[in-house]
Amino acid sequence: MKEYENLGVLNIDASLYKTKISKKFESRKPYKAADKRLILSYIPGTVLDILVREGQEVKNGDELMILDAMKMQNKLKSVTNGRIKKIPVKKGDRVAKGTVLLELE
Amino acid sequence: MPLNKKIRELQEKREKVLLGGGEQAIEKQKALGKRTARERIMALLDEDSFTEYDLFVEHDARDFDMDKKSLPSDGVIIGSGTIYGAPVAIFAQDFTVAGGSLGLMHSRKITKIMDHALKMKMPLIGINDSGGARIQEGVNSLAGYGEIFFRNTISSGVIPQLSVILGPCAGGAVYSPALTDFVFVVDNISKMFITGPEVIKTVLGEEISMEDLGGARVHSEITGNAHFFAASEEECFDQIKKLITFIPWNNQHKARMFEPGEPNPELNIEKIVPDDPTMPYDVKDVIRAVVDNSDFFEIMEHYAKNIVIGFGRMGGRTTGFVANQPLEMAGVLDVDSADKAARFIRYCDAFNIPIITFVDVPGYLPGVDQEHAGVIRHGAKLLYAYSEATVPKITVIIRKAYGGGYIAMSSRHLRADFVFAWPAAEIAVMGPEGAANIIFRKEIMSSEDPDFMRKQKVEEYKAKFANPYVAASRGYVDAVIEPAETRRFLLHSISVSENKEIQTPHKKHGIPPV
Repeated sequence: MKEYENLGVLNIDASLYKTKISKKFESRKPYKAADKRLILSYIPGTVLDILVREGQEVKNGDELMILDAMKMQNKLKSVTNGRIKKIPVKKGDRVAKGTVLLELE
Repeated sequence: MPLNKKIRELQEKREKVLLGGGEQAIEKQKALGKRTARERIMALLDEDSFTEYDLFVEHDARDFDMDKKSLPSDGVIIGSGTIYGAPVAIFAQDFTVAGGSLGLMHSRKITKIMDHALKMKMPLIGINDSGGARIQEGVNSLAGYGEIFFRNTISSGVIPQLSVILGPCAGGAVYSPALTDFVFVVDNISKMFITGPEVIKTVLGEEISMEDLGGARVHSEITGNAHFFAASEEECFDQIKKLITFIPWNNQHKARMFEPGEPNPELNIEKIVPDDPTMPYDVKDVIRAVVDNSDFFEIMEHYAKNIVIGFGRMGGRTTGFVANQPLEMAGVLDVDSADKAARFIRYCDAFNIPIITFVDVPGYLPGVDQEHAGVIRHGAKLLYAYSEATVPKITVIIRKAYGGGYIAMSSRHLRADFVFAWPAAEIAVMGPEGAANIIFRKEIMSSEDPDFMRKQKVEEYKAKFANPYVAASRGYVDAVIEPAETRRFLLHSISVSENKEIQTPHKKHGIPPV
């Protein structure tokens, strides 16, 4: 039998297998449940306008921000009622996908 | 004009066009480590076999001063020839002429050779080296791509189609290779992407090099777009030539027979696989121990390495191999491996190539990322491909075959023609540890020494179910064989399946999960 180097252990149905572990598996992101109080950019783009202030009460359906992405001006609307706790971005910011744009209380 | 003068005129015209984009452009091409389109064709085809068509085709674009420009052969060379005597149709984009850009006449040359290949029922090889659409020709250029994609699709499963990426292949142009059977890439030369680094930087602010975005390694290791990776154009051509020897000329034929040779006797098949089903080994050693001349030609070597696919010959006849690889990720099935194997199985089925499957599978890879990446529909491809395939299907269960993995890996239930198992095979609903935890949960929990009890129950389960005889007693396994008998049983199965014929219900086509 040949000997192999750089082996790890993979647990499949409680059996522990000695095997090479792929980069893809090693670098997978652990799952985190979505935080409903954080409004994230669903697409990369530029913050064109912010229509609310910190501390302001917003209702479901209120327009919060305009995000310029893919040659479109995308209106971000609130999907819940609440008060704006924090706005970590400012007008003109270029944001990556998944950036926190607004924080609700 | 007398004939000899006319002949001289033809010769002069030819010479002028044969220079492509001219000496300066050729020098630039060489500086990039690339050969010219014509050199590539000559290197790939049998000597003196190439016959060129459409040498004198010219574009007829009028806008943007294009009427003042002459583009020799409109930047693409087409024709046919042979590889080891097998007929092939070929086109090669000439980057020295307007960056190999695709205009109307350029695309008409390509579709002409595609129609020819389909009509004459011979393999088509496309060498891609192009900056993309010829912007000056506008929508005519888009029409050209569409005509190519349509023909790629219509020809799929009728004639083999090979795409060789020897330069940039960007934007819509990437979809022709993506529709073909095999894609070849070369390190530092091939570049494939839909949107390039410039656009990505402008739109998203992300900086990435062409190589990291869509280089040969990326497509061989990460995306699974490429099937063969080579360090040089020369190595790439050797891979193409070898592949051509394994595949038939079209779907009405079988691959050519070659003189069979015994596998290397030094590969002792009994010494490859450890008894402990949790210990790794290289399943390619098992394949090499049974295949003619120990010559196994692997496909997608660097992608989803937990499953191995490729061609070899059994008794001189081309055979497709699919094998779980315990050395990589324990040989689990997951999104990428199911995808990789399923497409290969469909290829073999389309081109009359029998399939041998080696099974040593612990099951499916658990994880949120797998579930969310759609392991249900991707895993289903494997079931679909094996069930649908009507070519001879022969299965050898080497060691473990647990749960859904057992069913998916060419089991009797998906209509394998022959299922063999080695004596160490464990054909069971799941691994002994997992099964004992469920079946004997109460006994283990209520025991004073749960660990000891668990071990005892695992052993109990192993003794009763971790063997091939339960499956053999139901006829799910046709024979339990010694490892050393494997080649003999495989040769027998391949030879008796020579005239296999089965009826399937009439349909236009199925709806395979994609």
